[in-house]
Amino acid sequence: MAYEPCQEALATLYTYLDGELTPDKRARVQQHLDDCGPCFEAFGFEAELKSVIARKCQEQVPASLRERVAEALRAEGAST
Amino acid sequence: MADRERFEELAMGYMGSLYGAALRMTRNPADAEDLVQETYLKAYRAFGTFEEGTNLKSWLYKILTNTFINNYRARRRRPAETELEDVEDLYLYHRLGGLEAAQAGRSPEDLVLERFTDADVKAAVESLPEAFRLAVLLADVEGFSYREIADIVGVPIGTVMSRLHRGRRALQKALHSLAEERHLSTPADVAT
Repeated sequence: MAYEPCQEALATLYTYLDGELTPDKRARVQQHLDDCGPCFEAFGFEAELKSVIARKCQEQVPASLRERVAEALRAEGAST
Repeated sequence: MADRERFEELAMGYMGSLYGAALRMTRNPADAEDLVQETYLKAYRAFGTFEEGTNLKSWLYKILTNTFINNYRARRRRPAETELEDVEDLYLYHRLGGLEAAQAGRSPEDLVLERFTDADVKAAVESLPEAFRLAVLLADVEGFSYREIADIVGVPIGTVMSRLHRGRRALQKALHSLAEERHLSTPADVAT
């Protein structure tokens, strides 16, 4: 992936995946990914990693916390 | 005082993601619960200043982040950014076989990423220095835009992007170490 368009695509990998590129630049990267298998694979891996991180960091709120917060808000409301 | 029912109706639904972020920030369930409670109380008190129709989630995250930074983080100066070792692009991808694996019809993401447990990924995120951890958390777990993260954390967008870039690469290295420790990435156990 030392080829220049590949380096250019790689430099914008995260901004591309984060949806933060301008439409022009986005189209340019998209075009490169359509033409370049190795970059397509690498971008696919990074996209999957991003979604794995989001999925595997989810938490269940303990019921006791919900109650505590509701209680604290009620107490706050009553005191003012 | 703001209308409590209206506040609860709008804000309580974010508790799951706020609690998750609080856990990653404090790395401790008791502190995370206190942090979430304090965030809700502060948000409720300030609810009169919140403009309905603007982004409530990022407003709540800003309160959460400020409260964490002011009250919960270790009482030491923020480690210099140079303390985060430089890691090259596509670190994990290359070490998991990269293109060769993909060409052999086995994609590295299918092979290894799904084998990381929730606890692995949480531990890897929590291993990052605070500034990088916050950036990764807000972008990858919560899906905030660069501009929103800049506003939540109170730094310029360029700083957000640089922290995110370096934080993600460090996260890949942490995940790779875990994969090695647990032998998740050894090709020998891959069905051929």
